[in-house]
Amino acid sequence: MQFAHSAKTMRLGVLLIGLLTAMGGLALAQEKPYFVTYSHDLEEPGNLEIETQAIAASPDNANAFFAPTVEFEYGATAWWTAEVYLQGQSTSNDSTVFTGFRFENRFRPLPREYWINPVIYVEYENVNDADKSFLEVTGHDSATTLQVPNAILRTETERTIEGKLILSGNGKGFNFSGNMIAEKAVNEAESWEFGYALAASRPLALKAASHACTFCRQNFSAGGELFGGLGTRYSFGLKQTSQYAGPVIALNAPNGFTYRFGPEFGLNDNSAGVLWRFGVSYEIQQFAGWFRRFK
Amino acid sequence: MKCRFCLLLAFLATFFCAAMAADGAWLKKVPDGDRARTNPYANDADAAAAGGILFHNNCAHCHGQHAEGKGSRPALKSDRIRNATDGQIAWILRNGEPFKGMPRWSSLPEAQRWQIVAYLRSLNADTSGGLQ
Repeated sequence: MQFAHSAKTMRLGVLLIGLLTAMGGLALAQEKPYFVTYSHDLEEPGNLEIETQAIAASPDNANAFFAPTVEFEYGATAWWTAEVYLQGQSTSNDSTVFTGFRFENRFRPLPREYWINPVIYVEYENVNDADKSFLEVTGHDSATTLQVPNAILRTETERTIEGKLILSGNGKGFNFSGNMIAEKAVNEAESWEFGYALAASRPLALKAASHACTFCRQNFSAGGELFGGLGTRYSFGLKQTSQYAGPVIALNAPNGFTYRFGPEFGLNDNSAGVLWRFGVSYEIQQFAGWFRRFK
Repeated sequence: MKCRFCLLLAFLATFFCAAMAADGAWLKKVPDGDRARTNPYANDADAAAAGGILFHNNCAHCHGQHAEGKGSRPALKSDRIRNATDGQIAWILRNGEPFKGMPRWSSLPEAQRWQIVAYLRSLNADTSGGLQ
């Protein structure tokens, strides 16, 4: 019954994306293939990107799960991007639950492009403990939480303020990005928790072809990601928390869609074995202008 | 009171920067080293064709399908672009004018930005009058 409901939601999602595809203009965003790490790229002003990314895993001693996240990312200005996330998960032999939302803003304070570019990230989360999106890892995270039934986990909701310092730069066709994460629960007496994410990627070809094509090398980019927790203010470090690493690949199709895929492997006993991630995004160029057409 | 004065100063500074950018003041900001750079794909018809595809996918929504400009977004088939050096155009593509609405296109590989420069050059080469 719960999976039937999930299938209905998925059909609705596909319909919505199809409708937006018909409405929106062509776009060829040069998206990085990362799932967790942010680069210094912001959404172009006026553009709306709709993305769904999902994670599937079958951890040891826990039920398999599927956790989709829907993101709406809007370029408010050329130096400010705002984003809303809606999250849920479905666990086999358990239930399908909505786990919460996140609202985040990214700001680029410096006016020029440098070899390393800072971006300030500020987020408010209202997510319950049943969240399995792995959008970041902070504090002392452990895969044993995945064994706890949703009915228990969803009773605990954490409201959190999160900040990230994103440092990222491009050179010789490569992008290198690093995120330092700090978060603090505002509804619980918990200490500051920390995490990190590192990534590098490169398009398979730097020059564009002189004819339109979908599977040209310049439309693919590949790279790798490494992320994990860094403990808390009182016990800072890589111990007693989970760490993941894996390759990522993306296809920026000329019809405006970007497809991403990558397995992430748990690096220690606190991590789940393998997280299979995939994502599809579509960018609507000049979204605000689309409404003006109907005035 | 002090805070209000700071806000006023910030507003005036933003307004001044915007006014500077609107008249093509960004051209003067380009460092000499960047200004002097030459397009490795100059006079390369394939590069201009590739740049045309990149332009239509990434730039045309704001600057128009034929680079004629749209609203407050400037025309790129213009005397300003015709008189700019390749290095100046490449510089604005990389750095943008973020406080004026022009995003950075550093997410495109440098080779692709030069292909766009080649396309803009070809577009302006066959214009006798030019839009401003």
